[in-house]
Amino acid sequence: MSTKVKLKVLVVDDEPGILMPLEFLMRKNGYQVYIARNGTEAMESVDKERPNVVLLDIMMPDVDGYEVCRHIRQSESMDGAKVIFMSAKTKDADIKKGYEVGADLYIPKPFSTRFLMEKIKELTKS
Amino acid sequence: MNYWLVIGASFFYLALLFGLASWAERRSAAGKSFVGNPYIYALSIAVYCTAWTYYGSVGRAATTGLGYLAIYIGPTLMAPLWWVVLRKIIRICKVQRITTIADFISSRYGKNVTLGSIVTIICVLGIIPYISIQLKAIASSLDILTGANELGRSPLFGDTSFFIALGLGLFTIVYGTRHVEATERHEGMVTAIAFESLFKLVIFLVAGVFVTYGVFNGFGDIMQQASQLPDFERLMTFDNESGFSQWFWMVVLSMLAILFLPRQFQVAVVENVNEQHLNKAMWLFPLYLFAINIFVLPIAFGGDLLFGTTGIDADMFVLAIPLSEGKSILALLIYLGGFSAATSMMIVATIALSVMVSNNIVMPLLVAIPAIKNTYQNQLTKILLFSRRLGILAILLLVYLYYKGVAEFYSLVEVGLVSFAAVAQFAPAIIGGIFWKEGTKNGALAGIVVGSVIWFYTLVVPSMVGVGMLPASILNDGPLGIALLKPFALFGLQGMDYISHAMFWSMFLNVGLYIGVSLLSRQSSQERNQAEVFVDIFKYSTVFESSIVWKGTAYIPDIKSLLVNFLGEKKAEVAMKAYKRKYPEPEDATGKADPKLVTYAEKLLAGVIGSSSARIMVASVVKEEEISIDEVLNILKESQQLISINNELRRKSLELRRATEQLRSANERLKQLDELKDEFLSTVTHELRTPLTSIRALSEILYDNPEMEREDQEHFLQTIVKESERLTRLITQVLDLERFESGKQKLNLGPVQIEEVIRESVQALERLVGEKHIDLVVDVQHNLPTINGDKDRLMQVMVNLVSNAIKFCNPEQGRIIVSGYYIDGDIKVNVVDNGKGIAPELHKQIFDKFYQAQNQNIRKPEGSGLGLAISKKIIESHQGRIWVESEPGKGSRFSFVLPVRVNVPANV
Repeated sequence: MSTKVKLKVLVVDDEPGILMPLEFLMRKNGYQVYIARNGTEAMESVDKERPNVVLLDIMMPDVDGYEVCRHIRQSESMDGAKVIFMSAKTKDADIKKGYEVGADLYIPKPFSTRFLMEKIKELTKS
Repeated sequence: MNYWLVIGASFFYLALLFGLASWAERRSAAGKSFVGNPYIYALSIAVYCTAWTYYGSVGRAATTGLGYLAIYIGPTLMAPLWWVVLRKIIRICKVQRITTIADFISSRYGKNVTLGSIVTIICVLGIIPYISIQLKAIASSLDILTGANELGRSPLFGDTSFFIALGLGLFTIVYGTRHVEATERHEGMVTAIAFESLFKLVIFLVAGVFVTYGVFNGFGDIMQQASQLPDFERLMTFDNESGFSQWFWMVVLSMLAILFLPRQFQVAVVENVNEQHLNKAMWLFPLYLFAINIFVLPIAFGGDLLFGTTGIDADMFVLAIPLSEGKSILALLIYLGGFSAATSMMIVATIALSVMVSNNIVMPLLVAIPAIKNTYQNQLTKILLFSRRLGILAILLLVYLYYKGVAEFYSLVEVGLVSFAAVAQFAPAIIGGIFWKEGTKNGALAGIVVGSVIWFYTLVVPSMVGVGMLPASILNDGPLGIALLKPFALFGLQGMDYISHAMFWSMFLNVGLYIGVSLLSRQSSQERNQAEVFVDIFKYSTVFESSIVWKGTAYIPDIKSLLVNFLGEKKAEVAMKAYKRKYPEPEDATGKADPKLVTYAEKLLAGVIGSSSARIMVASVVKEEEISIDEVLNILKESQQLISINNELRRKSLELRRATEQLRSANERLKQLDELKDEFLSTVTHELRTPLTSIRALSEILYDNPEMEREDQEHFLQTIVKESERLTRLITQVLDLERFESGKQKLNLGPVQIEEVIRESVQALERLVGEKHIDLVVDVQHNLPTINGDKDRLMQVMVNLVSNAIKFCNPEQGRIIVSGYYIDGDIKVNVVDNGKGIAPELHKQIFDKFYQAQNQNIRKPEGSGLGLAISKKIIESHQGRIWVESEPGKGSRFSFVLPVRVNVPANV
């Protein structure tokens, strides 16, 4: 992994208290980290940086996470990118919708960072 | 004025009526009927006001003074009683399909043919003169207007009145005999009549205003001048000798006339679509009478003053005054107003009479003669319609002849009163018939016959003397010289005017005989049956329930062919289907008709050919058996019990339905509350998840990475503390809100200085304000009154509002103004920021807890979403009000008011 190009991870959340630990965690695991505080920033970052993994909150002040995910799935340059929702919305309908718009994984908040790392690694193994 | 112009205007007006009626019929066919309207109904009742009112009132006021008012006071007194009397008559007629006053009386007394024909004859005798004076009024007004000698024209084709009568006959035939079933409403005609009522009223008022304010200077001026007239004193006072009895009898006469005149019966009963319309008519009609009488006296006195003894007929003052002032257009309009008053009466009275003649004289004659009945069996409907149309023309011809022969010699009012007196003879039999079960056919017959003979002798005979048909000696010496029989002083009764005299004797004998003979004679079972149904009509309110009790054998095919003969194939089919729907039992195998079917068929026929003819027709196809009065009463009683059980059941099931409905809505409410609670819970847990996520992630990383930089460690720990505080705050607020909502939150009351509250709250936030470089201005009025409140809670509100303002004000150049002052018994506090404002549709929502929860995925930038909800609860528990004014891009102003002089209960 270290010899290859660094994996790019985009972390999207409007809560600074969540962004901060996740940013630290990704860097710690040797990823190239990008941060977005709302949906608009997230889409700009997607178009510009073309991350391999997107950690995506759903409830944000402007464009919501579902919309961002749709955007990712519609851009050709993002083929093969992994999208992981992390949301305080825990109803079955919300989770179902997450997978419908094209998520690879939906993790309800609060979650364990260890579990998150495991899943990221699983998804990016190939 | 040009003669042809006036004639043209008259026929143009008639054409207008045709157009209006045909329009109304077309609308009704399209389902947009006018007649379903109580105002139209009330206006159509105003057909009461004929040329008598329009011209005659003024004439009478000018010659006899206030007496003209009596015939409007009568109906006004009667109107409140309509609910009792007229409603009952309407109900009876609907249930029994009765279409004329003759049919009503005949029906009540066992469907007796003789009674029906006698009533019809009296109506024809009594009403034809009345119709003909309408024609006379039209002719006289034409004369006045054009200077022609209309009244003196040779009869028939050289005579305009003849053509007017012909035109009206045409209208009446077209709009009055559309359907065979006289029960069907004549919507076109009623609409035209209502229009005429409105037209004559408006024009008469215009004429009144013109005379009062145009010719003279108002009421005062006319009365002032009139008081100089030699007659004034007499006109404005009661005549001491016969005045009171005259007033009394006039009032009684007109009270009866408004109910029983054939045209009133036609518009008020037969054409009634909804009993509830009476409610409006009961006050609208008296109002109409009042309006049309306002200007009678001014016009009468005005005419007296202007024309004095120049010989102008006082009946024509309304027309003569504008003419003498040179206002010819106005005069033409007034002429048309009078024309409308006359024509409306003529149309309705003619229809009513023609139905009466065809159903109570022609039809019984036809069906009573087997030869005719058998020969024309299939054309009876046509014969019926034909006889009605012919009847209309015949009546109008009689009217015309009477007008040419007799009417010229009498005034509008005199002839009108004679008609009133004729129909008054029906009153005992009708009023008695609907309130007194013991009234019998013989009683009714005796009363009506004797009453009418007296009427004829005391009122009609003298008028025949007047035109020279009888020698004057009858009046002066009595017939054959018998003084006791003098028509104006019957049995020696003197000192009354002739109308009172006639009314006294005819009514005295009529009522006496009706009651006396009724008590002495026995009712047939049929009579008894009808008496029960009429008096207790509100217990037998449907066609089916009010069936005649009947025993015998009849066959369905006979009944059916009877219906087809009179209703036609299609309607008979529809009627049979309606019956089947009501009584779905299978037909008897032998083809025998159920007694219910027989009575049902009889009702249907009654609507077409009148009840007595219907009885004869049905009897001809049915083998009836005798039935005793006891049996009749027993069966009626049973059916009454059945009805009351039915009603009870209906009431019970209604109650049940209502209870179910209440239960359902209570359940609905509970479910809603439950949903709200669920939503709240899910929002709260959801709000808890965010800080928890942060705390867990930070702690795990700290734990997994002991070698972390010291600086990062500190930063992580700081955030954990901050997020924990956020959690705590959220929990406190949720509990706060819960306590307010459940009413458990108690206020810690005491004297509170708002100025202090504001200053302390601002102080607590000073650090935050400084950090964000916000320009904060506090402007509080000194010496604000102290209020009774919970200081800590009010501080909570202030801190919430100010910290919101700090969060949301312009991030570069933040500016906040906090102000407080006294206004209208309240203390008002404003917190104004220069942030990006709030969309108007959110102004209410932001005070809801977690209002962003409704916004699905969009979240407010900061805050728990409970602060404003709690603030609102706090302010409301202080009897105050909190709200926001804001426009996007222009900042927000949050305000609350607290009443100074309110004692807040300590445990709100």
